[in-house]
Amino acid sequence: MTNIIESKLKTDEMVLNMGPQHPSTHGVLRVELKLDGEKIVKADSHLGYLHRCFEKHCEAMTYPQIIPYVDRMDYLAAMSNELGYVLAVEKLLKIEIPERVEYIRVIMAEFQRIASHLVALGTFGLDTGAFTPFLYTFRDREKILTLFELTCGARLLYNYIWVGGVSHDLHPDFIRLAKEFIEYFRPKVVELNELLTYNKIFIERTANIGVLPPELAINYGVSGPSLRGSGVKWDIRREDPYSIYDMFEFDIPVGEGLAGTTGDCWDRYYVRILEMEQSLRILEQALDQIPEGDVSAAVPKRVKPIDGISYARVENPKGELGYFIISKGGLQPFRVKVRPPSFVNLSVFSEIAKGHMVADVVAILGSLDIVLGEIDR
Amino acid sequence: MKTFEELFEILKNKFNEEEDISTHKEGNEDVILIAAPKINLVATFLKNEPELNFDSLILLTGVDDENGEKTTNEDGSFDLSGGTLSVYYHLESTSLKHKLILKTSVPRENPVCPSVALVWRGSDWHEREAYDLIGIIFDGHPNLSRILMPYDWEFGHPLRKDYKNPEFYNGMKVPY
Repeated sequence: MTNIIESKLKTDEMVLNMGPQHPSTHGVLRVELKLDGEKIVKADSHLGYLHRCFEKHCEAMTYPQIIPYVDRMDYLAAMSNELGYVLAVEKLLKIEIPERVEYIRVIMAEFQRIASHLVALGTFGLDTGAFTPFLYTFRDREKILTLFELTCGARLLYNYIWVGGVSHDLHPDFIRLAKEFIEYFRPKVVELNELLTYNKIFIERTANIGVLPPELAINYGVSGPSLRGSGVKWDIRREDPYSIYDMFEFDIPVGEGLAGTTGDCWDRYYVRILEMEQSLRILEQALDQIPEGDVSAAVPKRVKPIDGISYARVENPKGELGYFIISKGGLQPFRVKVRPPSFVNLSVFSEIAKGHMVADVVAILGSLDIVLGEIDR
Repeated sequence: MKTFEELFEILKNKFNEEEDISTHKEGNEDVILIAAPKINLVATFLKNEPELNFDSLILLTGVDDENGEKTTNEDGSFDLSGGTLSVYYHLESTSLKHKLILKTSVPRENPVCPSVALVWRGSDWHEREAYDLIGIIFDGHPNLSRILMPYDWEFGHPLRKDYKNPEFYNGMKVPY
């Protein structure tokens, strides 16, 4: 340096790597941020740290063998993953499913939705600096996992929903315990609202941040609570009903910009809160109406579908989860392609993060509720 | 909401060259086959035509059709030459509620397909994935790079049917 008086601070753009080991990226995601001071000029996501060739593995396994693997994609919503996969296979096989099985599947999928949303909401609070709600949501999630354990013996990765049926019938106590849980859980949502949703600091951190306009969301294929947060009434359970969802009454909550702009982080968060209440409604109806029957009546001994393609999709807690299966008539699929909701939802991230502060990246990622297990597959 | 036949009729009237557009039944699903060079035109038309309004690309899938000539090696692995790679497009209109599956095939030796990333932005990452794992080159894509595999992976595209694992990658043993 020649002259210390005239030398200035360096004001070049700076590149900051967030992740892959960062608590707020919800897994091994690396976000490459180009910064102008605190402001984000460009945000690129780098994926693949958890890539384990799921789709290649599928081509070497029989159809039922794949089920435990789909558990490991969105590991916070394993039941919903299984449901989507078996629906795609059943579409190729064209088999009738006993009514009791359909009810059990819906009950499990809705419990899974609440459990997954509880993780999303708790960690979102954690990301924005609220530690306590995280403990509350995980306390309640544990109770759902106990119900799952009662049903199939596993707490996280179940291998429960099989092609044509489910692996075990419900435990004799399940319906009583499930109803007790619903009664217990309703006031807890109110508690969470008081603790986090309407908290001034939390609203300051999330309202008007990461606004996702509806047209952009649809153009990017964003789905699930992230899309509904933008005010688009789009839910696969209603638009393209699968299983027996057309038999239940429930509303589709959408973001209305109560705390700021429609489509901001707070809206995406609040849609999840409202969705949990709707899941409770579906659960109540399903638990009351569930018929008796044999759950393994339609499980085929050998899964060997016809030649052809099938695409089945379900409303996963994170969004639209689709399975595209190409069968060439063998015991193994020719090609399995997954449409992971987190993968598509994350692709819009770089678009909405532009112009925000570094600290907002954490809020935006948390509000999109991504799971790297299914992004990287 | 339009049925598959109506949608096909509209497309055929618009792009009325027999060999470019045809229908095809794969199992229970109807698919519209489109010649690869036309895909961008068709995509733009499907999205912008008010009575079609396909505003959302649900899924883009790359497939190795395994229909070329197979030569088996000594160790049981095989090589493919000739044949095609295919791309499936699952489209949906969120306002008019109709769905459509398009399919296009490109030759294995020169797998170039026009990109639709500027029509549906969501296809950006799907196309990168199809390039990464199958090796289809999407012409006109804004940033066609690997997405799931490491950026410096130089051993081909893993979802090809004749893919062979390398023995070492950056000094690390690959098969386990």
